[in-house]
Amino acid sequence: MLTAIEIEKITHELQQVPVKKAACIEALKIVQQQRRWISDESVEDIAAMLEMSTAEVDSVATFYNLIFRQPVGRHIILLCDSISCYVMGFTALRQQLQNLLHINYGQTTTDERFTLLPNACLGTCDHAPALMIDEDLYRDVKAEDLEKILEKYS
Amino acid sequence: MERPLTQHIPDSGATLHIREYEAVGGYTALKKVLREMEPAQVTTLVKDSKLKGRGGAGFDTGMKWSFVPMNMPGPKYLIANADEMEPGTFKDRWLLEGNPHQLLEGMIIAAYAIQATDAFVFLRWAYKDAAREMRRAIADAYTAGYLGKNILGSSFSLEMQLHTGVGRYMCGEETALLNSLEGKRATPRAKPPFPQVSGLFGKPTIVNNVETLSWISHIVNKGEAWFKSLSYTADGGTKIYGVSGRVNKPGAWELPMGITMRELLEEHAGGMRNGYRFRGALPGGASTDFLTEVHLDVKMDFAGVTAAGSRLGTGTMVVLDDHTCPVGFVHNLEHFFAQESCGFCTPCREGLPWAEKILWSLENGTGVPADLDLLEMHTQMLGPGNTFCALAPGAMEPLQSALKYFREDFEQHIKEKKCPYAHHQH
Ligand SMILES: Cc1cc2nc3c(=O)[nH]c(=O)nc-3n(C[C@H](O)[C@H](O)[C@H](O)COP(=O)(O)O)c2cc1C
Ligand code: SF4
Ligand code: FES
Repeated sequence: MLTAIEIEKITHELQQVPVKKAACIEALKIVQQQRRWISDESVEDIAAMLEMSTAEVDSVATFYNLIFRQPVGRHIILLCDSISCYVMGFTALRQQLQNLLHINYGQTTTDERFTLLPNACLGTCDHAPALMIDEDLYRDVKAEDLEKILEKYS
Repeated sequence: MERPLTQHIPDSGATLHIREYEAVGGYTALKKVLREMEPAQVTTLVKDSKLKGRGGAGFDTGMKWSFVPMNMPGPKYLIANADEMEPGTFKDRWLLEGNPHQLLEGMIIAAYAIQATDAFVFLRWAYKDAAREMRRAIADAYTAGYLGKNILGSSFSLEMQLHTGVGRYMCGEETALLNSLEGKRATPRAKPPFPQVSGLFGKPTIVNNVETLSWISHIVNKGEAWFKSLSYTADGGTKIYGVSGRVNKPGAWELPMGITMRELLEEHAGGMRNGYRFRGALPGGASTDFLTEVHLDVKMDFAGVTAAGSRLGTGTMVVLDDHTCPVGFVHNLEHFFAQESCGFCTPCREGLPWAEKILWSLENGTGVPADLDLLEMHTQMLGPGNTFCALAPGAMEPLQSALKYFREDFEQHIKEKKCPYAHHQH
């Protein structure tokens, strides 16, 4: 069931668009913000509210890289794996993250602290390699910096 | 040397806020337009300046605006494309974070030219600082009377919204962007009808790049002759160029349109790092053909780079050095394109993962000579005209040029059954 806050926020979005469907991505964002991920139940609830089929909502939810259809950790690590970061050595960062967290791409640590995901170019290629944790961007990252960086996130 | 787009951006990386922007002449162009110019005059001015779009394709901006049917009743839309997800491209970020009002002023004037009722900034999710500054800038512009009903007492009204994406390269393709704004999957639309006639919610819509729109107030203030005089070549203006890779000073600079690759690399990017040699570069982001040492004197404008067999694209260059495997480099690019393909049409959906797999096998030492023919075949099958949008042909540009310029590297992988680059990465 959608919470009162979610319903209020989605209703606000509905007022901004000419057809209900157009609020689909915003609705997914709102629910994900509250629950970290989009469950099957959330898909059904959004579909009901927007008068769409669940399949239609799911087709949108699964299309976008940053809508999560599986549970994720409290912090999302987005490691840039695109070309400038490739040249400047993101693989060393991936290796070190895997060593520190004992997880691979797409996985979450057992304590639900981190989820590690590859991400396309973060638009800071002159400071490659780069990664983002939640809302924080880290540039010119060295593998030996990672342990300290991770400590900031509980 | 003038740097109109970036001269007022503080070196500290701080954002130019509304009062500071006004203090350096901000919003005077908007006042002039609302007071003295008819919408059609604005379009004609931009057309006369020959401003070409900075989003990659280089289409004439004034021409694009002139396709909007002006007598159609109902809403019209203007959208700033701030998706910037092309690997190797990081120029719009500078403008968004540094001078958001310059973009807003350009958008409001562009909206006036086409008589748009609503404007959107389509911003990628990862640009958190830009989102914060854009949100603030829009609110400040409303408070100052530059947005909303009857702007500065004129009869022109405009509403502005910030839309943040949820991560997909395709959102940058202009018709896919429209679908995404309508809450749908970001798949492209068939053209015609062109968005200028039937775009967002079926209404006339203009989509322009951030750097393109950031020009408009300057062209209004200083005129088309001035705009042309900024450039070394026939394509007017300055350009925000960038260089990334193993150079001494990676970065972005606003420079006269038409400077050479050599100047960019040696004077601005500080040359190659000690111990590394230049082998080639993608001159304009991930979807452009390699240029090599023999092309260093090519002028980085639309015509110059095209004549050399590539594209200016976004003007942000990715350098390949002699310690980096060209096959691995291209594998990384094709991995990106295969992942980001929207899956809408078969050649791209099936072809890109196939090409990626072949490149992976070469890197792994299991490639065979026939693989090179297969890769060549892909560059044909996914080339221009065979797929629904420009993603797949763009993906083939680095591959086809790598096969041409770095052929011996591909062959060496097959012969030696391994990647010959000691520190190769996947
Ligand atoms: C797959 C793909 C991604 C694109 N991404 C962007 C982008 O992020 N930003 C952008 O301005 N243009 C992008 N473009 C180009 C747009 O389709 C469009 O040409 C451009 O926004 C028009 O603006 P302009 O005329 O000012 O250059 C992309 C094109 C394709 C095919
Ligand atoms: S070329 Fe690729 S990205 Fe473009 S429509 Fe076809 S499948 Fe989608
Ligand atoms: S390639 Fe990593 S930030 Fe652009």
